Amino acid sequence: MLEIKNLHARIAEDGTEIIRGLNLTVKAGEVAAIMGPNGSGKSTLSYVLAGREDYEVTEGEILYNGESILEMDPAERAASGIFLAFQYPMEIPGVATMEFLKVAMNAQRKARGEEPLTIPEFLKRVKAAAGTLDMDMAMLKRPLNVGFSGGEKKRAEILQMKLLQPKLCVLDETDSGLDIDALKIVADGVNALRSPDRAIVVITHYQRLLEHIVPDTVHVLYKGQVIKSGDKSLAMELEANGYAGIIEEAA
Amino acid sequence: MNMHAIPQRTSAETALIDAFGERLSLLPGDGEIMVRRDEAIERLKAGLPTKRVESWHYTDLRRLLTAVPQYDGSAKAEVLSPILEGSAVLPVLNGVAATNKLPTLDGVTIQPLAEKLADGSFAAAALDLYGNDDAVGALNTAFVADGYFVDIAAGTELATPLELQNVQAGGQTHVRFPVRIGKGARVTVLERQAGEGTALASSVSQLLVGDDAEVLWLIEQEQADTATHLAQFKASLGKNAKLTLFVMNTGGKLVRQEIIVDAAGEGSVFTLRGVNLLAGDTHTDVTMVLDHSVPHTTSTEVVRYVITDKAQGVFQGRINVAQKAQKTDAKMACNTLLLSDDGEFSVKPELEIFADDVQCGHGATVTEINHDHLFYLMARGVDEKTARGLLVKAFVAEVIEELEDEALVDALEARIETWFATHG
Repeated sequence: MLEIKNLHARIAEDGTEIIRGLNLTVKAGEVAAIMGPNGSGKSTLSYVLAGREDYEVTEGEILYNGESILEMDPAERAASGIFLAFQYPMEIPGVATMEFLKVAMNAQRKARGEEPLTIPEFLKRVKAAAGTLDMDMAMLKRPLNVGFSGGEKKRAEILQMKLLQPKLCVLDETDSGLDIDALKIVADGVNALRSPDRAIVVITHYQRLLEHIVPDTVHVLYKGQVIKSGDKSLAMELEANGYAGIIEEAA
Repeated sequence: MNMHAIPQRTSAETALIDAFGERLSLLPGDGEIMVRRDEAIERLKAGLPTKRVESWHYTDLRRLLTAVPQYDGSAKAEVLSPILEGSAVLPVLNGVAATNKLPTLDGVTIQPLAEKLADGSFAAAALDLYGNDDAVGALNTAFVADGYFVDIAAGTELATPLELQNVQAGGQTHVRFPVRIGKGARVTVLERQAGEGTALASSVSQLLVGDDAEVLWLIEQEQADTATHLAQFKASLGKNAKLTLFVMNTGGKLVRQEIIVDAAGEGSVFTLRGVNLLAGDTHTDVTMVLDHSVPHTTSTEVVRYVITDKAQGVFQGRINVAQKAQKTDAKMACNTLLLSDDGEFSVKPELEIFADDVQCGHGATVTEINHDHLFYLMARGVDEKTARGLLVKAFVAEVIEELEDEALVDALEARIETWFATHG
């Protein structure tokens, strides 16, 4: 589903190269964990996948279902089924959460040539999804993410993911700022989305999240490259021994 | 009003002076009122203010007022359906009070201003100019022909809003709304400034807000983009009076809205909220002078601008705190979203404080669309144009949603939607 080949990307503003020849393949139905120390390029990778214009791809290719996405803007990528759950979801004053959800869902439906949702159908879907994440509907009447706690913001991200039903989900440090109860709710929300036609990329610094979202593959990112890939036991090894050993081994 | 030597009159200045000669015999009122009119036209003869006059620095009226249309007595304006359903509408159609359409309300005395000026019961001092640079006041005092005098009795609680509807049909109109609000009265007044054609409109609203009264006054200016709209809102607040003024500018080619408020009664509270949507080749200036004259008065001002195309926006906010006005609490903020490279915005906040135990502050920001926010919305599949629209609307919705009246919020948001459909 996702094929990244020799990807090089830099910060548009100052030209600093962050991703330096990254290769990664994620198949449909797979949950892939990307792990790495701070500064290894994990968040940059997520932004490059989502199409943030602060980063420039200078070399290589990102293929999604066999087609390059590099020329697509963030909205087009999202409409094609790519979803990024942000590490730090933006607070947007003045935009009511419900209104935003409706606009986003209908924008994607429109891009796929589908009719907009009726209001009752929309409300039904939001209520159902919010219920499974233990979210209060009153919260959704507030401006988007404004005044939400860290945990509430992460839940709101997963809520959006459930409603938009993307094909490729990229979760950037979804565990940061979550207590154990919130972590479980969020992980359950992600696990419910596991399906043979969907790929999930979980970006995380710690193994903790992977106890709840068990990955099929684990990839270690260091200095903008995948330096080692393996199964979930690789995550255990990292937890036990830290990154130093693997970095040394790769060097 | 302008102490500099003016070498030659502009065509607009000449047209105004000629118009006064032609209109003089038709203008209502004599004696003291006529004296005021003469004084006012003398001010205009000295020349319209230029950028060298401090309070007109960003709106060089002499340069910007390029044409003065003739009076057009044959042009007809129609009464508009009110902003809020069920409002009592007081229409002024192309400068003339439509007296056959007047509502009757308990506790409210309504008299067409032409009648009041003519019968000698109008206190001429109300036509006095404000300071030395009062071009809007001078224009209006010289030419004012009609409007409504409204007297709301003490204790009146109006269940329905009052809509003062000033509708242009082209040509010149000069209208005034003196409104007296009695002690403890509670009212909502919508001042609607609308119309079509190449108009020169001057409009002055002057309020006397009695002790303990609570007033929500909304100015919705939606003139044609060929119109010059020069307006003044003056108010004096009694003890513990509360005045909330909401100004929304979404039209006009050249607009100056002056706001002159005196928090003259202890415990009085003034709130100003403004939304200005500017597009095309237009110029909109909101200028406020607020006096905190006595102790224990409060004011907050939040004024927002959205500027696109080649539009020019101006906000001048001056807060004067008198020496005896201890415990004044005044906060002013002006935020602008600049959406185009050719748009311009000028802001001048001024605090003049003579008391020592006060809390006063002001802040001004000029920004473009927040790129992080834009990326977030787009990352959820919202296309760029829609995402920008959402963010711009959000920027002004924050101010509008402060109005607690849901029907009013809906009506204003509908107006904003209409503006975006044309200019967004």
